[in-house]
Amino acid sequence: MTEHDYDSVMARKPAIMLGSLGLDYQPFMRDPIAFDYEALMGLVPYSIEEIRQVQAASGIGSTALIELRQLTQLARRLAPKGKGARIFVKDEASNPSGSYKARRASLSLHHAQRAGFKGVVSATSGNYGAAVASQAARRGMSCIVVQEVFDSLGIGQPEILEKGRACEIYGAEVRQMSVGPELFYSFLRVLEETGFFNASLYTPFAIAGVEPLGFEIVEQMQSVVGRMPDVVICTHAGGGNLTGTARGLRKAGATATQVIGASVDLSGLHMASDVDFNRKHFTTGHTGFGIPFAGWPDRTDVPRNAARVLRYMDRYLLLKQGEVFYVTEALARLEGLERGPAGNVSLAAAFALAQEMDEDRTIVVQETEYAGAGKQPSAQLTFARARGVEILRGDSEQEVPGKNVIIPDHPGRIKVRDMDMTRLRTSLIRKAVAGAGGGEISPEVAAFLAAETQTDESFVRAALN
Amino acid sequence: MSKLGNWVQIHDIILEPHQRPASLPEETRRVPLEMRVKGWLLEETAELGDTVRIRTAIGTILSGVLIADNPAYGHDFGRAVPELLAAGDELVALMKSNGAEA
Repeated sequence: MTEHDYDSVMARKPAIMLGSLGLDYQPFMRDPIAFDYEALMGLVPYSIEEIRQVQAASGIGSTALIELRQLTQLARRLAPKGKGARIFVKDEASNPSGSYKARRASLSLHHAQRAGFKGVVSATSGNYGAAVASQAARRGMSCIVVQEVFDSLGIGQPEILEKGRACEIYGAEVRQMSVGPELFYSFLRVLEETGFFNASLYTPFAIAGVEPLGFEIVEQMQSVVGRMPDVVICTHAGGGNLTGTARGLRKAGATATQVIGASVDLSGLHMASDVDFNRKHFTTGHTGFGIPFAGWPDRTDVPRNAARVLRYMDRYLLLKQGEVFYVTEALARLEGLERGPAGNVSLAAAFALAQEMDEDRTIVVQETEYAGAGKQPSAQLTFARARGVEILRGDSEQEVPGKNVIIPDHPGRIKVRDMDMTRLRTSLIRKAVAGAGGGEISPEVAAFLAAETQTDESFVRAALN
Repeated sequence: MSKLGNWVQIHDIILEPHQRPASLPEETRRVPLEMRVKGWLLEETAELGDTVRIRTAIGTILSGVLIADNPAYGHDFGRAVPELLAAGDELVALMKSNGAEA
């Protein structure tokens, strides 16, 4: 008889994952550390043009690139003379399910359908659920979404309630869980019971689906500005957004474009805490995912994560919650665009960074997401206030996640704050080697870890000493 | 009272506190892992608190304790945030101040 207790199900994880992906990961598991990343991505048997065709058939992609002239003007007023890069945003909210996640879901489900799966399962509390549900609806496939929604008092995070509602609209079965990483246990059980496809965010398909986003940015910038973007900023959580976009930029020839990640700083709040759960005012794009996933990508529902940000991320900027709410307000009031929270993390970073760059330089914020009940600052801050979180005006530096949200009292308060990349790179290298039992590493492994972290062999060896 | 074919919500305990992994923070391990799911009621009649079966949107048959009959989504836009409205006004005024120091 099949045992369903926690340890038994988790012990069957490799077998369950193997059967639910329609992909052979064995060639990538021979060495505990090193594998051929490009060969893993090569499991996607389509060119970027073919991917674009698959996506265009669902109305996905070819989103507008909008220049934010007022925000650029404001940045120039705050900046030293001659500084203030032009800021553009890619309006991904116009994708069918309201976010760039439609790109990831479309290619994953295209693959699932061809591999003969009748249904798909996704463990996500984000926009990806609606994207998978929307794509499943178009393809006549069944869809189950497993979400972390409620605390133990049964109080749901407003933004996640909205994302669950969107899944239901597209006909998905939504399993709403209370707080805890054992959501993954429930997810494995559903995969085992249904035999459905694991529409993971971290397969090569889910990453290759984002590449056209980067590709389009280059085409549009060439057309509007006449050259490649200088900087592209991606809101970073699990890593797929940045990885896929950066790969697309490179495929379009933008090898000199700087790729920057941005996350909301939620330091001090525990991601598995039933108490902290409803004291976060951002449900993704925050450091609770961003830092662990950057420092160790292989913590997911696939044997090898295809989203590996340290291969592509040149800088990682941290924003305060109040700064992102402030920039969301500025986007509405100065640019006439009401958009959901995710892309505004990058936009806040772009606004601060623009003031350090020359006027003739360009920054592209590579996504927006749909706005709606539960997602707006009004929804999140009303919810926060009701839980005793203070909403103040003042210096963003004084913000303490879970205790207060400080709306800047001046746009000049929004700052560039760099996360230490050396620390992240060192963490990845040490974790990889420790996980394989430690000891001396071969030149092949050293070369792999250098590629994983955009460093060289001497950096890798120094990190291990 | 809910009737056969009503759109309802059930509740189920997935893991009791003692079945949860030891690595969890204390406040999370103290409480069970719970699940809520909606679907069509498969019983002739049922009261809140009864153990019932439902058929979900994709046809899965699940059983659990009936906790609501067509529950409200519950999320909304909240209230306007005066701190943000004021910030918006300041930004608009700043942009109209025609090149003066920010």
